[in-house]
Amino acid sequence: MTTLLKVEDLKIFYGSIEALKGISLTVDEGEIVTVLGANGAGKSTLLRAISGLLPIRSGKIKLGDQELNNVKAFKIVMGGISHVPEGRKVFATLTVDENLNLGAYTRRKDKKNIKESKERVYDLFPILKARRNQLSGTLSGGEQQMLAMGRGLMSTPRILLLDEPSLGLAPLLVKQIIQIIREINNQGISILLVEQNARKALSIADRGYVLETGNITISGLASELKSNKKVQEAYLGGAALKKRK
Amino acid sequence: MKIILEQLLNGLTIGSFYALIALGYSMVYGVMKLINFAHGDLFALGSYLGYTLLVFGSTYVTVTFGIWGGMIAAMLIAAIGIGIAGTLIERIAYRPIYSVGRLPAVVSALGASIVIQNGIMVAWGPRPQAYPSQVVPSIMLNIGEFKITLLQVIILLISFMLMGLLYYIVQKTTFGAAIRACALDRDTAALMGINIETIIFFIFALGPALGGMSGVMVGMYYRKISFIMGWNYGLKAFTATILGGIGNIPGAMLGGLLLGVLEMLGSAYISTAYKDVFVFLVLILVLIFRPRGLLGEKVAEKV
Repeated sequence: MTTLLKVEDLKIFYGSIEALKGISLTVDEGEIVTVLGANGAGKSTLLRAISGLLPIRSGKIKLGDQELNNVKAFKIVMGGISHVPEGRKVFATLTVDENLNLGAYTRRKDKKNIKESKERVYDLFPILKARRNQLSGTLSGGEQQMLAMGRGLMSTPRILLLDEPSLGLAPLLVKQIIQIIREINNQGISILLVEQNARKALSIADRGYVLETGNITISGLASELKSNKKVQEAYLGGAALKKRK
Repeated sequence: MKIILEQLLNGLTIGSFYALIALGYSMVYGVMKLINFAHGDLFALGSYLGYTLLVFGSTYVTVTFGIWGGMIAAMLIAAIGIGIAGTLIERIAYRPIYSVGRLPAVVSALGASIVIQNGIMVAWGPRPQAYPSQVVPSIMLNIGEFKITLLQVIILLISFMLMGLLYYIVQKTTFGAAIRACALDRDTAALMGINIETIIFFIFALGPALGGMSGVMVGMYYRKISFIMGWNYGLKAFTATILGGIGNIPGAMLGGLLLGVLEMLGSAYISTAYKDVFVFLVLILVLIFRPRGLLGEKVAEKV
């Protein structure tokens, strides 16, 4: 399999604080890769660095053969990376339809293809079609997450970066979102999924990394991570289970 | 009845000047969260630019395009010139200091205002100038007993066309949605592939261009222009922006038109000397009872 996204020895600083201390990871074509970690581990920082929102101190980020260091955020989207940010960040005073149009901003002249992409998004998230003329700020949390993901797909990305899509959603919705992520992946789009909900993330991921205060401490196949003692204790509620026994 | 209608029309004319200037304040504030205090002076610069074109270029401009064509040509050239001036101000006075916060940029804006105002004084002299009567014909239209000048009709037509065009761009096109997205959340807008620098360039060119055209129209309407006029009009237009809801495009238009009408009715029925008191009284009332302005941003966010 060919490597699609490659991060090499990446260091990110906020002022003098080192948020990422030299991490490396890869995402292959067609893979779902998850990055697990607690609050403040640097998960969102990693995604923001990949999509060009944060300056890189040292290290390399590559999409295919193309180096992404010092490429501006709006150009990285054109390269085929789409980032669905944490907290959904839909444009609240714009309608659902306008939000989706902005998702396809990089190819805004291509009206016919935009319409096709929109139909595909509506197939994945039928509720968005019903709500298309509504201000997106009036949607429920789950609907906003669907809109954010739909908007991310409108740029026809090669890889989708998802930052905590399950955050703050009811369990039933989490299940639905996870299923849709799998469906998106089946359409040939690679996925880098950052999650606190490790159990759900590992249930669909091919591989995973564990990020702890700026370092990758464990990595491997999803099945290996699931059976890893440390992962179980820290992220899968293993410690609590043990106590109960 | 006749007087009310005529005053209303006069009010709408002045109001459309305010509205066109207010749009520039509002667009820049919406995206940059910066009050561009130099905007009023860019408006004055536009008025002087139009003056020079009509007076010294009149042998070419007016002869080639005719009187009305000459006026339109003067407005277009003033719009382009002031649009360029607006983007230059952004480059020189604001861009180098964005990173240190919002307050320094406001001070820099005041500085830019002083520079432009004094620049006009140096270039055109401290005495007021007059748009010559031969380049601006005064033709009266009588509709029954109701009187209106042709110039007024043209000013109203052009103003409403410009406002309609801007409304269409900002509210109905994807590019307009991109501008509104940048105003809401720049980082996420960048994730959509929107180049924020293009948006900033656009608002700093278009806002002042509208102000410049308004400047030429003010010159034609009142004839007399002075280098300090930017302050007065700027203040009124800024008030209009707050009245309508800052950062909101239809709000700026409504605020400007309303302010013009209030001012005219106030000076017709209460007192000319107190017309500004009347205007600012309304502003104070709006700020007390509806601080976000008449059409202030709809807040519809779910946490």
